Amino acid sequence: MEWEIVIGLETHAQLSTESKIFSDSSTRFGAAPNTQANEVDMALPGSLPVLNKGAVERAIQFGLAVGAHIAPRSIFARKNYFYPDLPKNYQISQFEIPVVQGGTISFFVGDQEKTVNLTRAHLEEDAGKSLHEDFTGPRGESSTGIDLNRAGTPLLEIVSEPEMRSAAEAVAYARALHGLVVWLGICDGNMQEGSFRCDANVSVRPKGQAELGTRSEIKNVNSFRFLERAILYEARRQIELIEDGGKVVQETRLYDSDRDETRSMRSKEDAHDYRYFPDPDLPPLIIAPDWIQRVRDAMPELPAARRARFETELGLSGYDAAQLTMARAGSDYFEQVAALLPEGQAKLAANWVLGELSAALNRDEIDIGESPVRPAALAALIARIIDGTISNKMARDVFTAMWTGESNGDPDAIIEARGLKQISDSVAIGAMIDEVLAANPAIIEEFRAGKQKAFNSLVGQVMKAAKGKANPQQVNDLLKEKLG
Amino acid sequence: MSSTPLHTQFDGIASLRKALQARELSARDLASSALDAAVARDDLNAFLHIDRELTLTQADAVDKQLSDGLAGALAGIPIAHKDVFVTEGWRSTAASKMLEHYTSPFDATVVARLKQAGAVSLGKLNCDEFAMGSGNENSAFGPTRNPWDPTAVPGGSSGGSAAAVAAGLIMAATGTDTGGSVRQPAALCGVSGIKPTYGTVSRFGMIAYGSSLDQAGPIARHARDLVELLDPMSGFDPRDSTSLEHCDGVPNAPGRIRADFEAALAGQQSADSQPLKGLRIGVPAEFFNGALAPDVAAAVESALQTFESLGAVRVSISLPRTELSIPTYYVIAPAEASSNLSRYDGVRYGHRAAQYRDLAEMTSRSRTEGFGAEVLRRIMVGTYVLSHGYYDAYYLQAQRVRRMIVNDFQQAFSSHCDVIMGPVTPSVAKHIGDNREDPAADWLADVYTLGVSLAGLPAMSIPCGFGAERRLPIGLQIIGNYFGEGRLLAVADRYQQATDWHQRKPEQR
Amino acid sequence: MAITEKDVARIARLARIELSPDESTRAQNELNGILSLIQQLQAVDTTGIEPMAHPLSAHQDIALRLRPDTASPTRTLQERQALMANTPAEDNGLFLVPTVIE
Repeated sequence: MEWEIVIGLETHAQLSTESKIFSDSSTRFGAAPNTQANEVDMALPGSLPVLNKGAVERAIQFGLAVGAHIAPRSIFARKNYFYPDLPKNYQISQFEIPVVQGGTISFFVGDQEKTVNLTRAHLEEDAGKSLHEDFTGPRGESSTGIDLNRAGTPLLEIVSEPEMRSAAEAVAYARALHGLVVWLGICDGNMQEGSFRCDANVSVRPKGQAELGTRSEIKNVNSFRFLERAILYEARRQIELIEDGGKVVQETRLYDSDRDETRSMRSKEDAHDYRYFPDPDLPPLIIAPDWIQRVRDAMPELPAARRARFETELGLSGYDAAQLTMARAGSDYFEQVAALLPEGQAKLAANWVLGELSAALNRDEIDIGESPVRPAALAALIARIIDGTISNKMARDVFTAMWTGESNGDPDAIIEARGLKQISDSVAIGAMIDEVLAANPAIIEEFRAGKQKAFNSLVGQVMKAAKGKANPQQVNDLLKEKLG
Repeated sequence: MSSTPLHTQFDGIASLRKALQARELSARDLASSALDAAVARDDLNAFLHIDRELTLTQADAVDKQLSDGLAGALAGIPIAHKDVFVTEGWRSTAASKMLEHYTSPFDATVVARLKQAGAVSLGKLNCDEFAMGSGNENSAFGPTRNPWDPTAVPGGSSGGSAAAVAAGLIMAATGTDTGGSVRQPAALCGVSGIKPTYGTVSRFGMIAYGSSLDQAGPIARHARDLVELLDPMSGFDPRDSTSLEHCDGVPNAPGRIRADFEAALAGQQSADSQPLKGLRIGVPAEFFNGALAPDVAAAVESALQTFESLGAVRVSISLPRTELSIPTYYVIAPAEASSNLSRYDGVRYGHRAAQYRDLAEMTSRSRTEGFGAEVLRRIMVGTYVLSHGYYDAYYLQAQRVRRMIVNDFQQAFSSHCDVIMGPVTPSVAKHIGDNREDPAADWLADVYTLGVSLAGLPAMSIPCGFGAERRLPIGLQIIGNYFGEGRLLAVADRYQQATDWHQRKPEQR
Repeated sequence: MAITEKDVARIARLARIELSPDESTRAQNELNGILSLIQQLQAVDTTGIEPMAHPLSAHQDIALRLRPDTASPTRTLQERQALMANTPAEDNGLFLVPTVIE
């Protein structure tokens, strides 16, 4: 039996507003418990919600970025259920009429491009946090601590159609979505802090069957690696279950990363009659066309558009262009470097940003924003390769010196101080070649006999004599000339 | 201890204000004598929380403002707040065991604005639990008694507010009206009350019952005093998203209602013996149905004749969905309430059960112990009508019928009349303890007031007579079109210039 | 469409209300009485009528007001205390509830 895995993702992205969605409490991470929770967040009697414009603005930006329809009129609804981290025991969300409808996300899986349709994206408030460390209650009972600092943080819930067919596709989608919200600046994407959380709806069906199988929902996976493993486990679990004659139950499951398995959450019958109804405290959200236009006018160039531009205008390969449009900071950095170089040198800039710079950032575990080598400095270094002052190989040493701040990070100063200037004087090189040729008649013979290796050996000897500083291209050319 | 406090020597807030500004008496004098009277009339059980020191401190601060010449328009006027308005200082219980020991860290907007104007609060007034009820018998802290007859209910849910004003303990009180809870107790206690247009007074700090219906309104001895309170209470509040910024293009701000009132009064001056000439009064045929007691019908009829003698004309109108307002209201209000009251779970504040085995039991037990029978009943109804499979048939259907009711009123106002008049209640106040077995029977008595709440229209109740068998007060309801509070109050004032029902006191009858 | 015992149990569970068997029966009777009252709504022909959530929405445009995205300062421990003054059980600024098993 051949099986098909069907996956849809629901992603909760915490929006990067200063204040919460329905109260003016701060959203900054890491404050002492309940110091960023006011009467509205604590649901004190008489408190009422007031909507944050910044949350709506970010929803509009997202909707435009994915080519969705922005609803001119959308409604906030109450989702009623009891839970201690939900202070009102209802969550203000959007149900029948969400603010963003439709849209698509495109991404690469390997070298295949895939596009997934979005069902919708809507605004809602986040719940507080339950701390399960062992507290003791007033009657000596084992207790959980509730921190409402997070309660009320604006969330954009992004729902995909169930169009993914493998864990790899799901992860690629999630990475692309993550990259987009961070690129737009609407979400900081910090998965450890819970800014970006994915729920995966997973089901299986025999290949060729049109009807969807029963799905289970894996909740709150906070890393791409775990997302992949969780989906793989769950798909396999469902397939085995069905093949053993069992039936998949619609339920919520959690991924246990220690055991690498998904586990059913304790479910209750009709725990999920949410009794949605429009929140009478919040009239309809009206978004006028001129607001949408203002947001559209202020949108940054989107990754897809920039990728296309890098390919057509800068001549980069599809792969390089994709790599250089994954994160805005790195992309902007690269673009600044390329702009300072002569035309046609974008590929060289790409190699350096994706190569040496990337490696150094990873090694030191810092973001590109913290790089000690700024775009102008890197461009200056690359310029010295282009004009032949140093070889690419030498440049790597210079880069390392710049990184550690030698000579104030100035490439020319470093080249000067270390005497790394490449020997490009054809007379000098010619003289060195003559010496090497004179000393290696046997190798010349081998070359004449047709052995290419002999040529390389001669080049090597010239470079050695030049202590690595001879311009390799010139050595090659001159040597060829002299050998006839 | 006297139970006739100083302020009762004045016929209204305007004259008391003059005396205060002339320093003929102090805010402290007024507060002190009002406190004495409130304590002396503890038998009424109108007050839930009194804090002498807190009140006198407020009074002293106002006295200083008065001598500095910085006093607000209500400086020194003794008032009190229904216990669904949260207040710093006094407890805020919504007359429920659930919040028996709750103290709010902030004041309701209504409370803050009246305090800003200089009013001195005597404390918190009894009401039906979470504003659910029409007799103040659903209070967890005992019923309030009608000052006209201690065996009778004062009405509800703002029973304490109406009783305290009727007994002369305070000059005015705040109440809330969701389905009639300002108008009905005002009628049953022989005082005046007004529910303004939905959205004109902030709900921030009002313990929520039915969010799309709740509206705060004052209760006082007559229309002029209602203006004194309603005007500063009203106005846009950014902390309430249902608070209106504009009323038909005019900013929703203090001053609007007073200006409209005075303009309407000026309009009346111009035609002296027929000051209400041109006023068309719509009288809904459906309000004079079988449920209406003959003595109430007679008192309302007599009032209408008085209006006619003042120059108004009567127009017969139809509000065909009057009876339907009952099921419509009793789907929408409980539905909203069931959700609004979910926050009471013993976690962050309020009653927490002493015995429980786990979280679920703690929540259920706390709620069941904390809420009274009527509240539990309405939560159950509300949960039912919102639940899966019933939402469309009940909740959405009710909201559709609501729109039809709004259209009915608009039809009447646009084609036939300027104001609508009729009874507030089918009969005078019933006895405390009567008819407690059939909760739904109580609901039927709200038939004249519910439609107005569903439509969000402004409406008042003013005294217009007494019952035949039992000499208890009867109220006349006057309903206006949206944002017509000022004009409504002017019409009521004209009636009160020509009659003296509003001046009757329980001691004199 | 009468309300059954099971319905009562379901509603009570959804609303987190505890009912003894007697109370359940009484609730069932009361709810059925109320149901016959509200069932009158079923008979009303509301074809073409939109539900109305805000009572003034037919009279003037009612749109949700938006507030600017500015945050109030993080509270001091004292200010937090004032907001949590009514808390039945707390530990170092955390609300305490009997442990929830996920």
